[in-house]
Amino acid sequence: MFYSSFPVREETFHYSGKALIALSELKTGRSGVVEDLELPEEVQHHLMHMGFVPEARVLAVRRAPAGDPTVYSIAGFEVALRRETAQWIRVREDKGQVK
Amino acid sequence: MSSCCTPQTVDLDPTPRIPGKVKTVALVGPPNSGKSTLFNRLTGLRQKVANYPGVTVEQHFGKMSGIDRSDLTLIDLPGIYSLNSYSEDARVAIEVLTGKMPGTPAPDAVLLVLDSLHLERQLMLAAPVLALGLPVLLLLNMSDVMEARGGVVDTLALAQELGVPVAKISAARGTGLDAITHFLNQHSANSAPQLELPVVGNARSYRQWATGISTRTKYKAPISSTWTRRLDSVLLGRISGPLVFLAVVIAVFQVVFTLGQPLSDGMQELLNRSGDAVGHLMGSGWMESLLIDGVWKGAASILVFLPQILLLFLFIGVLEDSGYLARAALIADRVMRTIGLNGKAFIPLLSAYACAVPAIMATRTIENKRDRFATILVTPFMTCSARLPIYTLMIAAFIPNKHILGNFFGMRAAVMLALYLLGFVAALATARLLKSSILKASAAPFILELPQYRVPTLRSLGLRLFDRGMVFCKQAGTVILSVTLVLWALSHIPFGTSLPDSIIGHIGRWIEPAIHPLGFTWKIGIGLLSSVIAREVIVGTLGTLYGADPATQSLSLQAALRHDLTLGGAMALVVFFAFAMQCTSTLAIVKRETNSWKWPALQFAYMSVLAYVGALLTNVLVSRIF
Repeated sequence: MFYSSFPVREETFHYSGKALIALSELKTGRSGVVEDLELPEEVQHHLMHMGFVPEARVLAVRRAPAGDPTVYSIAGFEVALRRETAQWIRVREDKGQVK
Repeated sequence: MSSCCTPQTVDLDPTPRIPGKVKTVALVGPPNSGKSTLFNRLTGLRQKVANYPGVTVEQHFGKMSGIDRSDLTLIDLPGIYSLNSYSEDARVAIEVLTGKMPGTPAPDAVLLVLDSLHLERQLMLAAPVLALGLPVLLLLNMSDVMEARGGVVDTLALAQELGVPVAKISAARGTGLDAITHFLNQHSANSAPQLELPVVGNARSYRQWATGISTRTKYKAPISSTWTRRLDSVLLGRISGPLVFLAVVIAVFQVVFTLGQPLSDGMQELLNRSGDAVGHLMGSGWMESLLIDGVWKGAASILVFLPQILLLFLFIGVLEDSGYLARAALIADRVMRTIGLNGKAFIPLLSAYACAVPAIMATRTIENKRDRFATILVTPFMTCSARLPIYTLMIAAFIPNKHILGNFFGMRAAVMLALYLLGFVAALATARLLKSSILKASAAPFILELPQYRVPTLRSLGLRLFDRGMVFCKQAGTVILSVTLVLWALSHIPFGTSLPDSIIGHIGRWIEPAIHPLGFTWKIGIGLLSSVIAREVIVGTLGTLYGADPATQSLSLQAALRHDLTLGGAMALVVFFAFAMQCTSTLAIVKRETNSWKWPALQFAYMSVLAYVGALLTNVLVSRIF
C-alpha cells in the first residue's frame, strides 16, 4: 500500500535532501508536493478524492483572519483546512510556486 | 477485484436494465459543478442553485420537459467526490445511484456533469461512475468559460479514452443541450468498449488514471481568474476580513429596515385604501364585519411585511450566489470552534435569517452526525423572517423613534439589533450546552471548498424572490386566512354577544392566569396559541381580535396594542418570540431530518421553557426600570 509507516519516511528524508514538513507548517505563498497522509480512514479518503494525493502540488494561499484555518490551493481549486487536520499531511516543500 | 493498484479491465455493458428503454436518468457530478442549474434547464423546474458546494442535499425528480422528453424522469443528486459516502448528502447520492434508495427507481442512464475548469481533478469521479456499467454521457460544463480563459480539451480523444460520448455544454447559458437529446435517443447504439479502469476505491490510482487521460486528451486548464484571489485578499484579510464581515451583516440589517420601511408603509396605504373601497361598496352589516374587520384586517396586517421579507431574501440570495457564504464560514470557524462546532455549521445558521426550514436541510453537508443534530436543534433560534412582522409591529408601537449615536443609528434599530443578537447568542449557548452534554463528540475535521466568486444572475435572484413571494402570499391566503376566519367566528359566537363573552373570550380568560406574570393580556394569549402554527399568524390574529372589540375597533393595530399592553408586556412578547418554537413546518422538518420525534419534542420543550422564563424576566426588569 502507498501509505508508508514512519521508518520509511525517515529514509526518504535522507535520500532526497529536501525537508519533509507537515502541511500546516508550510508558510503562505510557499508550495510543496504531497508525500503522504496519516488521518482516520474516512477523512483521509475524502481528502484524497478532493485532490490530496501523493505527488499533488499544494500551495498555502492564505490563513483565515484568526490565523487558522488555512486556505490551500490544490488541483486548481481552493480548500480550507484547520491546523489539526493539515498537520497530518506531509509535504516536501519546494522552491517554486504554483499559480 | 485484484488486490493492488494495477489497472484492470472492466466490461462496460451499455445495455440499460430494460433493454432499449431508458426511463430514469441520473445527474451525477462533484459538488458545485452545476448539476442543479442543468436540472432546471432540462426539466423547466426551479431547484435551488447557489454558489457553494453542497446546495443540493437530497434527490429531486423532474420530467425532462425542457428538451421535450416528458416521458423521462431526471434525478438531480447531491454532489459527490467519490462513491464512498462521507456526509449525509453524499450517502443519498450513492444510494440512489446504486438503486438502494427505497422509493426511488434505479437510474437507467447517467449524465455525468464535470466542471471543465477543473477537469483533471473532476475526472477522478468518472472512474467509479463508469464502473457502474450504466450508459453514461459525459458533460463538460462551463466549457464556454474554460475556452474564454484559454483552456483546451480534445473531446473526441476523451470520448475514445473513456468509451462514452462527451459533450461540451454550458448549463448556465443553455448551450450544447442537444447532445443530451441525441444521447437519450441513441444511447442503445453504443458498442461495448473494453475499458481500462483503475482499482475501485483507490484514490491514488484514480488520480493517476485521471492524470493520464487528461494528458492524452491534451487538456490544458484555463488560466484561473485572478480576481477571486484578489477579492479574497480583502475579504479574508486579517483586518479587512472581519470588518467586511461585520459591514455585510450591518448593511443587510440597515437596508432591510431603512429601505424596507417606506416600502411597507406604501403597501399598508395601498391595502387600507382597497379595504375602504370594498367596505364602501358593501355597505354595513355582518358580511361587511366579517370581510373587512375579520378577513381583510387579518390578511392585510401580514401582507404589509412582504417588501421587507423579500429584501431579506434578496440579500441572503446574493450572499449565497456570489460565493461569499463559504468565506463567512471560514471567518466564523474560530468562533464556532469555541462552542464545539465548525465553520460549516455557520452556513445554515446564516441562511436561517431567511427561514429555518431550508437551513435545516442545508445541515446535511455537516459530516459529523452529532454536530449536525446540534446545528439542527439551534437553528430555529436564528431570527427568521417570520419574526419580522411581530418585531416590527411591537417596536413601532412602543419604542420612540429617537436617534442615539447621532443620525446613524436609531433607538428602534437598536432594539431590533438586540433581538437579532439575542437569538444568535441563544443559538450559540445552546449549541455549547448540547456539545458538552448529550451531543458530545470528538472534533470533526473542517474541510471546506471555497468556490470562485461569481456575479449572481438576475434570473436566479428574480426566480427565488418570485417563488418566495408566492409562498408568503399563499400562506397569508390559506393558513392565516382560515385562522382569522375561525377566530372571527369564535369571537362572535354566541351571536350578538360582546367579545369578552364570546367563546374566544372564555378561552382567553381561562389561559390568562398562566400568561399574566409575563405582562400579557388574554388577547395576546390567543395570539400565542394561534402562532403555534406559524409565527406571523399572531399579527393577523391580533388584527382580527382588536378589530372585533368595540373598544379598540376604530384604532390602528399599533394604537390598540398601546391601549392593551404595558412596555414591559410588549418587550416580554418580543423576547418570547425570539426564543419560542412556533413553527409547525420547522418541527416537521426536524422530525424528518433526525428521523425521530424525540428531537423536535425536546427542542419544542426547551425553547418554550426558555421563552417563558425569558419573557417573565423581561417583564419584571422592564417594569422595574421604566
